[in-house]
Amino acid sequence: MNTLILWFHKIGSPPTFHRIATRLTPWLYACALLSGLVALYGGLVLAPPDYQQSDAYRIIFVHVPCAWMGLFAYFFMAVNAFIALVWRIKISGILAMASAPVGAAFTAITLATGSIWGKPMWGTWWTWDARLTSELVLLFLYLGVIGLYNAIEDRVQATRAAAFLALIGIVNVPIVHFSVSWWNTLHQGSTVRLLGPSRIDSSMLWPLLLMAFATHVWFFASVLVRSRISLVELESGKDWARKVALGSEARQ
Amino acid sequence: MNEWLSMGGYGSYVWSSYAIFVVVLLIDYVAPRLRGRRMLIELRGRLKREQKRQEKSA
Repeated sequence: MNTLILWFHKIGSPPTFHRIATRLTPWLYACALLSGLVALYGGLVLAPPDYQQSDAYRIIFVHVPCAWMGLFAYFFMAVNAFIALVWRIKISGILAMASAPVGAAFTAITLATGSIWGKPMWGTWWTWDARLTSELVLLFLYLGVIGLYNAIEDRVQATRAAAFLALIGIVNVPIVHFSVSWWNTLHQGSTVRLLGPSRIDSSMLWPLLLMAFATHVWFFASVLVRSRISLVELESGKDWARKVALGSEARQ
Repeated sequence: MNEWLSMGGYGSYVWSSYAIFVVVLLIDYVAPRLRGRRMLIELRGRLKREQKRQEKSA
């Protein structure tokens, strides 16, 4: 075996993963909090009001990063679900199931803040256009994965069934992303583009990108915390998990 | 300050959006910790019961 595969197996072994995750999470949370606060300051104070929407546009500084996160989290979940189904790697199944509630949280924020922005700007809280509807389907997919996972008693079978559902649902991800260009939607097209210049002033762009960074780091912190708990629960028969359970008693 | 809070008349919309963002992430922070504590208490109880059973049979 080459060194990379060896390293991969080492990281993937539950006790090592648990130790690394425990050490990493406080730093990730600190990093997310710090960059998030700077981004909030940039978005709420430093960025100028929009010439058409005045200050209402400031909602995008939470709406857009959360929308990106909803899609990113789904992609992350589906990739891990695929690995868990094909190669039966325990950590991947746990990571997939841990990302579902975080992704659902970000998608819920996206829908709520989008609705709050829509009321003053479009004159309606909700409309059944392609972007909004596919985003709602995304939330239901997350809830379906979480529900299916919790409905089955056996953890291994539950992970397998929910991972399968997560994998089928991935068809919705490109639909959400391209809905604004495929259909004539009330929702506007993309303003920030990976390829080509973004149609947004840099004073508004940097808080948006920094908030996107903060939410990504938050996502990984939250996923690691959830994975750690599920890992100890799943491996509770093993020696290392017992040591963790009894060790944290001594610390408290 | 007041002008900033009013957000050009859109204050209620802007601040409620940010409040939802903060509250949902707070729930996301607290929920796994509560679950983790419950799981650890259960696991410790089980480990102690197993230990007692082993001492009895020994």
